Amino acid sequence: MSDDALVLKLAMTFGALSLVSVGGAPAMMPEIHRITVEATGWLTNAEFARDFAISQTAPGPNFMMISLVGWRVAGFAGLVAATLAAVVPSSILAIIVGRLYTRFSLMAWFPLVKSALPPLVLGLIVASGVVTARAAVSGVLGFGIVMASASFVALSRRNPLFAIAGGAAAGILAGRLGLI
Amino acid sequence: MDTLAKQEPVVGQRPIGRLELFLGFAEMGLFGFGGVATIARHVIVEKRRWMSEHDYAAILGVGQILPGGNIINMTVMLGDRFQGLAGSAIALGGLMLMPIAILLGLTTIYEVYSSNPDVKAATIGAGAAAAGLVIGMGLKMGYNLSLSWLHIAFAVTIFIAAAVLRVPFVLSIVILAPLCIAATWWSTRK
Repeated sequence: MSDDALVLKLAMTFGALSLVSVGGAPAMMPEIHRITVEATGWLTNAEFARDFAISQTAPGPNFMMISLVGWRVAGFAGLVAATLAAVVPSSILAIIVGRLYTRFSLMAWFPLVKSALPPLVLGLIVASGVVTARAAVSGVLGFGIVMASASFVALSRRNPLFAIAGGAAAGILAGRLGLI
Repeated sequence: MDTLAKQEPVVGQRPIGRLELFLGFAEMGLFGFGGVATIARHVIVEKRRWMSEHDYAAILGVGQILPGGNIINMTVMLGDRFQGLAGSAIALGGLMLMPIAILLGLTTIYEVYSSNPDVKAATIGAGAAAAGLVIGMGLKMGYNLSLSWLHIAFAVTIFIAAAVLRVPFVLSIVILAPLCIAATWWSTRK
């Protein structure tokens, strides 16, 4: 595919997702994996896991994994196209609703929708973790790191970066010992 | 200005200039490690006092039920409220420019050292930990929400669709969101 065609495909793929991405980026990870690894072959499983880890380490909104995918696929133009496609359609909708929001929040269906969506978002977020874990690890050691990191977040209120640093340290240690 | 003078005086609300808007959101992006939600509340409500806790919670709540990241939605709504459409763009730019630059910097640094076996091993470990973080965050969210059995069933169904069956996202959300809303309405109707 030529670069222009790739940039266009990135924009259309993430632009279409933007308008249905209930739950934001964390909930969309299974879909991003399905598109980038399974449907298009833009990334391998290992590259997907690596990019996810890098984008979790950087500060900022957590949908930036999409920016990174754009960068990998089609360089700077891809980065701009993927980022704007992911953000602009949903933002236009948000601005429109924002201007009407006092009216919206008084409507009877608003609390209903507000209570019905979190369970779906929750299911998608756990699915994100599982899909990413499957892409990232093989073997008992990887599974152990996933479980340890999940427990850390679930049970403590400390900065999640500690878990990522701990995972990296465990990886280095395992590598030095010849375990991975 | 005329338009400002006409506005109702609201507690915790004053005119917010474009530079302040940009700097405030740049601060949230730059220091928002592991997601922006925590720092955003701190900056908007406590530090810069752009709006009251109540107003902020309302705008975040609307952002949550719309598609797109709730922080992104909150950012453009706030930008629009203070400075119109230009404000939305300014706020979004402030939030994203520095983090994207940092992300590309990290990626480049990683690529330079990627042949080092320690870096390779660290990346595998960090990738596993990052995946675990998301699982842990989901479980914690589920615990805090104290879901009904009905909602647990929907959470499990969409989990299986997304993680096991790999159903395209659009399809599963278009089918399950209306069903979940209808079932919630049915189970709570009086």
